[in-house]
Amino acid sequence: MQPSIRVDPDPAVQYVLRIGDTCLILGQRLGEWCGHAPVLEEDIAMANMALDLVGQARALLTHAGQMSGQGYDEDQLAFLRDERDYRNLTLVELPRGDFAFTVVRNAMVAGFLRHLWAALQSSNDAELAAIAGKAIKEARYHQQHAADWIVRLGDGTDESRRRTEAALAAAWLYMPEFFDSDAVDDAAADMGLGPRWADLRAAWLADMTAILDEAGLAMPAEAAFRSTGKRGVHSEHMGYVLTEMQYLQRAYPGGVW
Amino acid sequence: MSENRLEEAGQAKDPRQPVDPAAAEWPLWEVFVRSKAGLDHKHCGSLHATDARMAIQMARDVYTRRQEGSSVWVVRSDQIVASDPADKDMYFDPAEDKVYRHPTFYVLPKAVDHM
Repeated sequence: MQPSIRVDPDPAVQYVLRIGDTCLILGQRLGEWCGHAPVLEEDIAMANMALDLVGQARALLTHAGQMSGQGYDEDQLAFLRDERDYRNLTLVELPRGDFAFTVVRNAMVAGFLRHLWAALQSSNDAELAAIAGKAIKEARYHQQHAADWIVRLGDGTDESRRRTEAALAAAWLYMPEFFDSDAVDDAAADMGLGPRWADLRAAWLADMTAILDEAGLAMPAEAAFRSTGKRGVHSEHMGYVLTEMQYLQRAYPGGVW
Repeated sequence: MSENRLEEAGQAKDPRQPVDPAAAEWPLWEVFVRSKAGLDHKHCGSLHATDARMAIQMARDVYTRRQEGSSVWVVRSDQIVASDPADKDMYFDPAEDKVYRHPTFYVLPKAVDHM
C-alpha cells in the first residue's frame, strides 16, 4: 500500500490547502448526487458543479505542491495525505443529506468562495490570482443556482420548507469556522497572499440575508460550537469520505486512466 | 425525442381548467442555443422546469457544457403553434415542382457576389 505523505506546515501552503481541500471535498460530496438527483437536469447540474470544484482543487493543490517545494503533485496531495493533514472546512465533509441540505450547503460555501476568489484576484501570488479569476465565474453560478433553490424550497410546500429549515439549522452550526481567523490568516494577509477570512464575513452575511429574506426563512442564531476542519481536526464523516476517495491510489499507487 | 415531447405538450389539458399541482408534471420548455454572436439561436432540445428562471439555468447545464453557447433562449413548448401534420400534403407538396423558385436560374451581377 502507498504510504502517506506529510505536507509542509508553512502558513502560506496551509492557506492554499484550506481552499483547495474545501473545493476537493465539496466536489466529492456533490459528485455523490450523480445518478441520484431528483430530476435529470439537476443531476447534470450537480455533476457540472462537482467538476468545477474538482478543477479548482486541481489548480490549487498543484500550486500548493509547488509552493511547498516538496515535489508533490495534485494527485499525491489529493489522495495520499492522512485525515489530519486535510484542511477543508468541516461543513463540506458532512454527508450529502437531502436535496435541501445540499443546496443550503452550496449556497453557504459558494457564497464564501465567491468573496474569497474576489479578494484573491488581487493576491500578490500571480498564480493564485489567475486561479481566482477563473474560479470566481464558477462560484457566482454555484451561488445563484443554490440561492434559486433555497427560495423555491423555502417558499414552496410545507415539506420543502420544513426540510430547508432543518438543513439551515444543521449547516449553520459550521458557519463560524469560515470566519474564525488564526495565525494562518494573519500570515497570508501580512504577506499579501490573501484576505483574513474574518474580513469576508460582512459581505457573506449580506448575501445570505438577501437569500433567506427572499425565501421567507429566518437566519439561525450563531452557536457556540466551533468546528475545526481547516486546522485538521475533522468530524467523524471525514474518514469515510477519504476512504472512498483514496482507495484506488492507495491500492494501486500511481494508477492513471 | 423533442418532437414526441412537443406532441405530448400539444395534448396538454385546457389551461383554464384547475389542475392538481401535485399531479402535474413540470412544464416542458424548448431550448435554443446561439453558438456565437452574429449567428442565430438554434433549437437543440427540450427539458422540464418549473419556471422560466429554472429553465434557463437547466438549459445552461444540460445544453452548453461543451462550450456550445454564448446565449440561450427557452420557450414554453405549449406556446409554440405548429402546423397540423394532416395539412402536410396541401401545405408543402405543391412546392415540389416549382424548381424555378430557386434563385439558381438567375445570373447575378458580379457586384452581388455570395448572395
